[in-house]
Amino acid sequence: MMSKANLLDRRRVVASLLAERKEAIVVGGLGASTYDIAAAGDHDRNLYLWGAMGGAVMIGLGIALAQPKLPVVVITGDGDMLMGMGSLATVGLQKPKNLTIVVLDNEVYGETGGQASHTAATVDLVGVARACGITDARAIATMADIEAFASAMQDVSAGPRFVNIKIDSANLERVLSSRDGSFILTRIRGSLGFGPI
Amino acid sequence: MKMHARADHTSETAASWPDDIFALLQRFDVRQVPYVPDAGHSQLIERVLGASSMRAVPLTTEEEGVALLAGAWAGGQRGVLLMQSSGVGNCVNMLSLTQIFRFPFLTLVTMRGEWGEFNPWQVPMGSSTAGVFELSGIKALRASSPDEVREVVEAAAGQAYNACTPTAVLLSQRLIGAKVFTK
Repeated sequence: MMSKANLLDRRRVVASLLAERKEAIVVGGLGASTYDIAAAGDHDRNLYLWGAMGGAVMIGLGIALAQPKLPVVVITGDGDMLMGMGSLATVGLQKPKNLTIVVLDNEVYGETGGQASHTAATVDLVGVARACGITDARAIATMADIEAFASAMQDVSAGPRFVNIKIDSANLERVLSSRDGSFILTRIRGSLGFGPI
Repeated sequence: MKMHARADHTSETAASWPDDIFALLQRFDVRQVPYVPDAGHSQLIERVLGASSMRAVPLTTEEEGVALLAGAWAGGQRGVLLMQSSGVGNCVNMLSLTQIFRFPFLTLVTMRGEWGEFNPWQVPMGSSTAGVFELSGIKALRASSPDEVREVVEAAAGQAYNACTPTAVLLSQRLIGAKVFTK
């Protein structure tokens, strides 16, 4: 894919968002978002998805409702968000104060050959989120604003919040996390003090 | 056009089996209850909405509930997904999570299209519901009479939560009664 000027680098964005993550639990949508989170550093509280397209936000909601005192951050792509658009309506109804949804919007399906997504032409995901009742919904276009937002994500009393970040669509080298879902989930539970059955 | 009276079957009867289910869900410490509404689940949904220990989560589509329950378990809570048989088809890819994460998955499914059904649009999915679960690696138990609901749901919850064996309970349309479109 051709790089466009003035668009943010996804790896820099995610590294900045997670630099001071503290106790946060982070869910990565399948594909490049999961690689970005892995690139920022493996962590016991990373929930890497390699499938379940359309499900990232709902998995984050389930965690957020179970752990209301911890920041829960879903980082996913525009393709996953479009498939799970109804989940924004479900989040808007539940209003979990500790949930943040970050969409890395490159306007293409990067894993499958770079086909254009709806956000390239018509869909405004910030507008969708706001219309679903997520009042703190915004677009971010600069690294300075990313850094400020990273601090805001730690506030578990003011969510849910939604941010759409237009990013460069360049395909970066994959950084592969564990693909073992049982290991990933058990590790998160362990970090929260829950053992196996 | 022929007029059809609209009858609400569930308001005519106050069955005890939904309360049996609610008591079991409380006993098993179920905390998150995602659902897409169904008339057959209406009494149970009312109980859940009124329970301080449970979080009712209305969904836009049933697959959201599968993903929600995976997240709930990651965060240390049990849940149950309430839906109608037509919704099972909406879940198919997301049901992969039950094998990938090996989390305790329980769903209670009210059946349509199998007992005196008026609406032919309910029949195809109602006919394939049990098969879809089998192909997805989910055990399906069935309750067809009011007096067996308690023990079937108890067995299902036991194997789901104690043995991480993903399980569905099919609540027969015979149990719920065919939806009445005409008098």
